Formats: sequence, structure tokens, C-alpha cells
Amino acid sequence: MAVKRQIRVGKSWMSPKEAEVALREALRAQKEEERAHGHAHSFWRTYVFSIDHKVIGIQYALTALSFLLIGFGMMLLMRWQLGWPGQPIPGVGGMLGEANAPGGIMLPEFYNSLGAMHGTIMVFLGIVPLAVGAFGNYVVPLQIGAPDMAFPKLNMASYWTFLPGGVIILLSFLAPGGAPNSGWTSYPPLSVIATHGQTFWLVGMVFLITSSLLGSVNFIVTIIQLRAPGLTYMRLPFFVWAQLVTAFLLLLAFPPLEAAAVLQLMDRLADTSFFMPSGLVVGGQVVEIAGGGNPLLWQHLFWFLAHPEVYVLILPALGIIAEVIANNTRKPLWGYRAMVFATVFLGFMSFVVWAHHMFMTGMGTALSAFFQTTTMIISVPSVVILTALFISLWGGSIRFNTPMLFALAFLPMFGIGGLTGLPLGLAAADIHLHDTYYVIGHFHYVVAPGTIFAMFAGIYYWFPKVTGRKMSDKLGKMHFWTSLVFINGVFFPMFIQGLAGVSRRLWDGGEQYAHAGPVLHLNKFMSISAFLLLIAQVPFLINFFKSMFWGEKVGSNPWDATTIEWAAAPSPPVAHGNFHELPVVHRGPYEYNPPDENVEFLPQHVASGSGPGPGLPQHAVAP
Amino acid sequence: MEMEIPYTVEERPDTGLYNGKLGIWLFLASEFMLFGALFSALIMMRTGAISWPHGYTLLNVPLATLNTFVLIASSVTVVLAWANFRLGDFAKGRMYLIATLACGFGFMIIKAIEYGTKFSHHLYPAENNFYAIYYTMTGLHGLHVVGGMIVFAYLIWPGAKLWSHDRQRYINRVETTGLYWHFVDLVWIFLFPTLYLL
Repeated sequence: MAVKRQIRVGKSWMSPKEAEVALREALRAQKEEERAHGHAHSFWRTYVFSIDHKVIGIQYALTALSFLLIGFGMMLLMRWQLGWPGQPIPGVGGMLGEANAPGGIMLPEFYNSLGAMHGTIMVFLGIVPLAVGAFGNYVVPLQIGAPDMAFPKLNMASYWTFLPGGVIILLSFLAPGGAPNSGWTSYPPLSVIATHGQTFWLVGMVFLITSSLLGSVNFIVTIIQLRAPGLTYMRLPFFVWAQLVTAFLLLLAFPPLEAAAVLQLMDRLADTSFFMPSGLVVGGQVVEIAGGGNPLLWQHLFWFLAHPEVYVLILPALGIIAEVIANNTRKPLWGYRAMVFATVFLGFMSFVVWAHHMFMTGMGTALSAFFQTTTMIISVPSVVILTALFISLWGGSIRFNTPMLFALAFLPMFGIGGLTGLPLGLAAADIHLHDTYYVIGHFHYVVAPGTIFAMFAGIYYWFPKVTGRKMSDKLGKMHFWTSLVFINGVFFPMFIQGLAGVSRRLWDGGEQYAHAGPVLHLNKFMSISAFLLLIAQVPFLINFFKSMFWGEKVGSNPWDATTIEWAAAPSPPVAHGNFHELPVVHRGPYEYNPPDENVEFLPQHVASGSGPGPGLPQHAVAP
Repeated sequence: MEMEIPYTVEERPDTGLYNGKLGIWLFLASEFMLFGALFSALIMMRTGAISWPHGYTLLNVPLATLNTFVLIASSVTVVLAWANFRLGDFAKGRMYLIATLACGFGFMIIKAIEYGTKFSHHLYPAENNFYAIYYTMTGLHGLHVVGGMIVFAYLIWPGAKLWSHDRQRYINRVETTGLYWHFVDLVWIFLFPTLYLL
């Protein structure tokens, strides 16, 4: 008698054949389940070459934060040289190489490289990818109720052209002659006759511009085409408006720089003379080129990008601040429509102010007068937005959490940055201030305690959305207060030095100039503040990584927000598709304490008149 | 459940556009700024120069005229391809796509003859600013032609499979590529007089 072999599967016994069928069935079901939840993708597809906007946003964020730290590190080296000129750099001095810092003492050429690279990295590899690539990518589709960006593969391509661009620019440090050393503006003829690093810079730029082109097309199409039903333009959260205008600036302002980069590459590699004047003498020798080129042409093409770029740096920041302020004052933004129109007007105007960077080039008084006028006009919409944000605070019962502290500090800091820009926009005043530390102070107030503080606000604000955990408020407040004090210690004295006439590009911080004497002592103060500012970032780094794994777990809407990225999506959102069910929008973005409803806040996707509808937590009902 | 991205093929009612069409128009706006900057550079250099040669004294106008007609013809064939696809005639539409690709080839060959003649006379971009901007602008335009040709080749051969299972998407692809191709054509329509005739 043959004994039938039986196999135990789960709780029952079956024949091998039956078991095999059952196993196949189970595997198939599991696969189906995985496919349904979007986990079927391999490791590479999920974390590296992902087409999910959330993963790409995180990739951008981590890359950009790393670049910010690198750029900050370069600045610290420069600050040592400015504070203690000619002294060996403690600690890292020996690691910089004999070609850059023999005996740990920084060479002027290396200082110039660091200056050019600090600017390039902070603007093109730090702030823009963080403000647009990271926050825009992660938050915009969620805020408009879209399952993803309109072109997920382009989105991936955008990140994977950005990263090589950044790497190429960093690799320039290894080129013969070192990294680019003609300033972040790369003015010719200097940049054309400069060492090989400049070619890396130009090629890297072409990559970055391509990346930004892919990204900006994607953002605009996503915002116009993928808005949820009912989400009209005047119901868009202000952050989305800011990103929309930013995307248009990137789309239309970057190509002229691409053209300029191509022309400068031709000048460097094919010996053309687009930017090279006739009879140029370098090192006592007349350069053998055709000549007849125009160095001013580069400046025009460069600033045609780089001025709108300033608004690319600041608009997403204003968007984040608007979200945080509306959420933490628990009332609608004051003057939402005025803010939107101001933003659009700002976008238009930013294309006709570029030559206010060129008052000192001798381009002529008529042009100066024109650009001075447009510059004064463009300050109006900026003031409208900032004023609306200030008035939004009026009468609110403000929650002073970490994101709100950063947002509140942003307002006066950006105010200082903006107002100190006015004298620079007037040709007569600019003659004295041009290329001094005053300029450095001005735009750093806009970008550092301005935009970077807004970025911090955004990180603390949306961290629970990304991870499902909150960052520590205690460490956050330590980070905030110390950063606020030290960042002012770094940048405020620059105004004083600049008014005294200290030039921005001095390797020794002005030691050789008699007129710098009375303000020279400020160099050490600023440098010490900068080193302390680095230490002030330690609580942030600890908080960031610790909270990722051990932070306090929170629900999907810990800030009781009305916008749908919080109210309608889980935290973290569904891996592919964001929402369990695509939302329908019924109202404007900031319905906090609506007068006619018996609730504390009304999310955008909750139908009106029904009181606390689906998705509205019980505690939202006013007592 | 994985969610589909809306309006990849069908039009969004309030904008009347599918995503790809809006995307290509935005891309072309950006391209407009790229070539606009180069044309501005040309104007600034020419008006600032002590002397600037007339294009017809240095360049081969008859060949460039022929090239202009080749490119215009390709713009016509790409529209005919799209129209035939819309009418459901795949074979005819594909034939017109092949004709478009052939025109692109023809353009590049004529361009290569032009470049080759100049190189054989040792006329490189470094010669003077006229040649510098001539090579830069026509070179960049040529790269755009090659880019379009690659997409057409894709649509004719490997990408044609889409016709059988997602016809509207295929037609949309032909349409957006056609829009791009018209733009490349238009750039040449501006390049020809400004570089060759003035």
C-alpha cells in the first residue's frame, strides 16, 4: 500500500501537488497585493530612480541640504582668512593641499575659488533645489490634490541631471588651476582667460539649466492641469501660486544664461571672441584673438537670468511663510488676492530690472535711469506681500511653535534685506556702495535669515507630513534662538563695513586699505559669529535625524491645517497616488475660524454646511 | 490602488489641453528665450562692431535657400502625417513621417556640405565674430534638427507599436513632436535672412 505523502501547509495537510498550487496562489495574491500598494518596485526604482514626486522631493532636499552645508563650510574657511589674515587655518588647514594653502595659510587664488564656489553652490545647488526641487516637488501635488506630478519620468530626469551638474561643479576643485575663481557671476574677460575650473563651471551650468527647464515645465503643467475638481486659481494655497510664478521665472529666465554659457564655452574652447575686446593685454602680452567682442554682453545675459533668480530664491520662501503664518495665527491670510496679484506682477517686473546690477559698467545714464525706475517699481509688490503677512498677524491668537518662530523672524529679516536694497537700486547711491560689503550684507539678509529661515520653517512644518513624526520643539527653539542671534552677528556688521567703503572681494579683509582701518575689528566679530552659527546648527542636525526615527508620532494633520496636503492625505502620503481617494475642493485655502460655521477650521475638501464633515476631527468643533 | 495621472491623453475640459501639449508649448517658450538671447547677442555684436560683413559675401546663399525649402517641406509633411493618423490611415501617416525624417537628413547633409567647404578653407569660429556667431547659431539649430530626427525615428519604428493599443496617445505624440518641429523650422526662417541675406 502506497502511503500518500502529505505536507502541512498552514493548519491543513495536503498533497505536494495541492501544496504547490496553494503556494503559487499565495505568491500570486501577495504580488497582486504588493502591486496594488505600489511596493512591487525594486530598491533602485523605489529609492534611487524613483518617479514618485515625494521620493524625488526628498532626494532634492537631502542633496540640497548637503550642498548648503558644503557652501557654508567654504564660507567658514573664508571667514577665518578674513578674521585672521595670513594665519594658518586651525584644524583643517593642512588638509587643503599645498597648492591651495601651503602650511595651512590660504592663498589669494584659493580664496577667490572659494568665493566663486560659495556663491554658485549656495544659489544654484543649495537654495533653488531646496526651495523648488524639494518643497515644490513634495508639497505642490499634495496641495492641489494630484496623485503625482504631470510628468513623473521628467521629474526623475530633472533630479538626475541636477546631481551630475552639481558633481561636475564640485569636481572643478580637482582641475589644474583649481576651482573657478572669477566670482559666481563669471564676468569675462577674466573668466575666459581663467583656469580650467571655469570650463567645469560652464558645463555644470548647462546641466543645471536643463534640469531646471525639465522641472519648471513639469510644475506649470502640474499646477494648471492637475488641480483637483473645485480647486480654482483663487482657491490655491499661496505656496502654490508662489511656485507657479517661480516656475515661469525659471522657464523663461534661465535660457539666456544657457545661451551665454554656450558663448563663453565657445570663447574658451573654440577661441572665439564673443566677450573678448580687441587689444586685450594679459600678462604684458596682447592676446591673439579676433577681438571685437563685448564683455557687457555677458553681463546682460547673466543678469537677465540672475535677477529673476533672486525672486526664484525668495518667492517659494514667501509661499512657505504664508502657509505657516495662516496656520499658526488661526485666521485667513490678510489680503490673499492682493498677495497673488503682487506675486504675478513681481514675476513680470523681474524681467525688466536686470541692469541695476550694472550701473557701474558705463552702459550709459539713459539705461541707468530706466532700470532705476523699474527697480523702484518692483519694490512695491514685495512690500505689498510683506505688509499683508505682517497684518495677517494682527489679532491672531498666535501659536509660537518652531516653524512659526522662524516665520516670524523671517518678516523683519527679509524687511532689512529688502529695504537696504533700495539705495543699491538708485544709480547715484550705488556709486558709493557698489561692490562693497554693504551689497553682501544686503543680499545675505534676503537669502540667509530670509530664505534659509523660511526653509527651516518649511522643514519643521512639513516634517510630520513626510515622516509621520514631529521634530522636537525644544531642540527646534534652541536652533532658532541661537541661529537668529549669530546670523545677525555675521551679516549686520557688513553694512557698517560697506558704508565705510570696504570692497567685497579682498582676500585680507581690507588690511591694506587705510579707509578700512576703523571697521577692521568687525572682521573678527563676524567670523566668530559665523563659527558660532555653525554650532547653532548642531541641534538642528540632531533633531532632524533623531526625529526621523524616534520623533513623537503624530496623526495626519498635527497642525490642524485646512490645506488638503494635511487634511486629506495620510502622513506620510500613500506611496503612489498620495490620497486614498482624490479630494474635491469646496472652498479657499485658509478657512480658520470661519464666522458662520461652528468649527475651528474648515479643510478645503470638506463640503459646506454639513458642520464637521468626513475627515474633520472632533476637536475641530468649537466648544 | 495606483492612481492614474489625469489628462495624459484626454483634454482637461477647462483648459482644452492634454498635459503633453501644454508641456511642449512651455518648452517652446523656453526655447524661444534661448534663441532670442542668441539673436540679441547677434544684434548687440553687429551694431557694436566697427565693420560687419554681409552674409551673402561669405556664405553660400543658393544652398541655404535650398535648405530653407527642404525644411519648409518637412513642416508640411509632418502636418500631413498627423492629419492622416487622425483619419486612421496609419500607413500613409507613417510614410509622411518617413518623408519628414528624410527632409531632416537632407537638411543636415546640405549643412554638412556648407560646413565642410568652410573648414576646407580654414574658416573656423575663431576667424572673426561673424563666423563665431554663424557657427554657434546654426550649430545649435542643427542640434535641434538632430533631436527632432531622433524622435521621428522613434515614432516611425520602435514607438509605432503604440498605435495599435493606445492610438490617441500616439497621435498626441506626433502632434507635440510636430509642434517642436515647426519651431525648429521657424528658427531657421529667422536664421536664414539674418545670417545669409543681410
